[in-house]
Amino acid sequence: MSGAAGIKQQAAQSASPALADRFYPIRRALETVAGPIVALLLASAAFSLFLLALGKSPADFFSLMWLGAFASSFSLTNTLQRAAPLLLTALCVAVPAQLGLVIIGGEAAVALGGLASTVVTLPLQGAWPPLVQILMALAGIAAGGGWIAITGLLRAKRGINETVASLVLSYIGIAIFNHLVEGLLRDPASLNKPSTYDIGAANMLGPIPGTDLHPGLLVGIVVCILCWVLISRTSLGFSMRVTGGNLRAAQLQGLPVNRLIILACVIGGGCAGLAGMIEVAAIQGRANSSLIAGYGYAGILIAFLSRQNPLAIIPMSVVLGGIGAAGGLLQRRMDLPDATVAVLEGFIFVAILASETMQGRIAWFQPRSKS
Amino acid sequence: MTEASGISRRTLLQGAAIGTAALAVGAPRPAQAADTVVGFIYVGPKDDYGYNQAHAEAAAMVKKMPGIKVVEEEKVPETDDVSKTMQSMIELDGASLLFPTSYGYFDPYMLRMAAKYPKVQFRHCGGLWQKDKHPMNTGSYFGYIGMAQYLSGIVAGHTSKTKKIGFVAAKPIPQVLVNINSFILGARSVDPSITCQVIFTGDWSMPVKEAEATNSLADQGVDVVTCHVDGPKVLVETAEHRGIYVCGYHADQSKLAPKGYLTGAEWNWITVYKKFIDEAKAGKPLDNFVRGGLSEGFVKTSAYGPAVSAEARKHTDAVKAEIMKGGYAVFKGPLKDNKGNVVIPAGKAFVETAIELESMNYLVEGVVGSLS
Repeated sequence: MSGAAGIKQQAAQSASPALADRFYPIRRALETVAGPIVALLLASAAFSLFLLALGKSPADFFSLMWLGAFASSFSLTNTLQRAAPLLLTALCVAVPAQLGLVIIGGEAAVALGGLASTVVTLPLQGAWPPLVQILMALAGIAAGGGWIAITGLLRAKRGINETVASLVLSYIGIAIFNHLVEGLLRDPASLNKPSTYDIGAANMLGPIPGTDLHPGLLVGIVVCILCWVLISRTSLGFSMRVTGGNLRAAQLQGLPVNRLIILACVIGGGCAGLAGMIEVAAIQGRANSSLIAGYGYAGILIAFLSRQNPLAIIPMSVVLGGIGAAGGLLQRRMDLPDATVAVLEGFIFVAILASETMQGRIAWFQPRSKS
Repeated sequence: MTEASGISRRTLLQGAAIGTAALAVGAPRPAQAADTVVGFIYVGPKDDYGYNQAHAEAAAMVKKMPGIKVVEEEKVPETDDVSKTMQSMIELDGASLLFPTSYGYFDPYMLRMAAKYPKVQFRHCGGLWQKDKHPMNTGSYFGYIGMAQYLSGIVAGHTSKTKKIGFVAAKPIPQVLVNINSFILGARSVDPSITCQVIFTGDWSMPVKEAEATNSLADQGVDVVTCHVDGPKVLVETAEHRGIYVCGYHADQSKLAPKGYLTGAEWNWITVYKKFIDEAKAGKPLDNFVRGGLSEGFVKTSAYGPAVSAEARKHTDAVKAEIMKGGYAVFKGPLKDNKGNVVIPAGKAFVETAIELESMNYLVEGVVGSLS
């Protein structure tokens, strides 16, 4: 065999592994799914040991989990309802994460988004409700997006660490929220729980027909899919991923890195702001301290569990929603303290993060060449 | 003959036993059909030495009543989560009487569930139930704890040497302002030169800020502190550590400060819960609006600590005896706020049940601090 022919053959092999190994894409998808599932099983096993140490039965625990989270239409509704706000707050982390940013300030974006959406209803009482609802959503998105954009600006223009900036800004945002709700925007009739004026019963979002679920669930799923399309199927998303992969390379390619950073923050913050608007329009009817319920922080957990993939956010939110839904039943039937659920979530979080280090290490999942 | 039916008696029994076992696994601790299931919902942990513990201690007494099964859930936020908790208690545990104990549970969550489940009774702690606005299967209960704070103030007034006392409060809302003002009015009834520094932490459970506030009060020379936050544990422990005196709130915290604990304003919720449950068992309609103070046994005071002088005990006991007779007014004119405006004119007096006190929006003379 001549040298030239050998090189040619090698090139053909390395250039098209996909052709040589048609099943690789399926195995790659399997690998993505198998990691979290094995991690969930390991976390459950570790948690069972913890329960045995407490003298409680793991079998009871898991059957109650099932009963409380999925077994009946009531339980399933409960789970999905809890998942709804988390879908959007997880995007507040996952979208900027495409550029390698770790944004953890979604809590304030939810609160300010909810507040802005109540403010726009004040001059619009009696207007056509769908119009009011659209304006509420826009106000919520603008407030949430604008708030996280500050973090993006600080990162892009001044090189300030976005994780610290977003967290500190979150405290400031919540302080502004409380100041306005307890002062300027307070309904004087809200005596012992300072709140804004009610948005009006006509402007409330009704449940999805035939269910007890509010439309936030559908909105969340649609926005997750849109974000996935944006990130993996558009050139804008590709630019974001390039920037996240290698900032210097992106700059050398002439990508508008600073604008991309700010844009990703606006999109992420807008999602969280929309979560706040839905919380107000579908459930609470007014803005008060109940908006600061930890949705923003739970979103961080879900985004990391989903490995920042907007599609994976959907099942992960349902898992966390289910744990939340069953948590009450576990307290009532097994006399376990509320913190038990936090322990389970901790085990899951650690197991899934650890499973990430195994990605790409198991030969069976890797591309093969025909030889 | 048994063989002819195809299933032997033994197999049938075995099957039944397995089936029963499977049912027992599927639903551990099923409710007895005859039991009345009562649900308690708390916003914080059951062992917070404070607001939630006061309710949980009463729930523990309810548990011992015959024919009653208690289900409890702690750390339920004032969001849609509480609707789901109520619904879960009704659907999965068969609860027929619910006590959601946090203020923010009332509107919209409890009202929505009450409309959805008209046969279930809901009684809420802290809200203002109104006959023309709210459904008949709902109601609210609360205690006039300001009177007990007034008595704490008298003890504080006798004990303070620096004539500076302190109050760590969550938010400037009417229920909190009544307590702050009652406390300082009690202290100033002993010595009108006493001032009370108030610090608002901004939220119901802020342990770090509560500790900082207590330390800062101690640094300023304050020697008696009390509070209105959900869990007074941190404040009480910090005060003991700093060697100053402390009056408790919500529940008995004397164990946390054996030296410095003077007395405290405590809830006595079992009075209320027993009343509702007795009504339910007797098949009578439950009251919708229930309020009471010291004389009704809705609130109580902690036993005096070792640092309380004989003189202070005598004075406080005498005032308490007056209050127990009924009609005692802590808020009476002429009363000025701490900006010099007259808030209650001379000749006017508000007893604890007065509706005017439910919308209090001032700090009285002698309080150092502001509402905004």
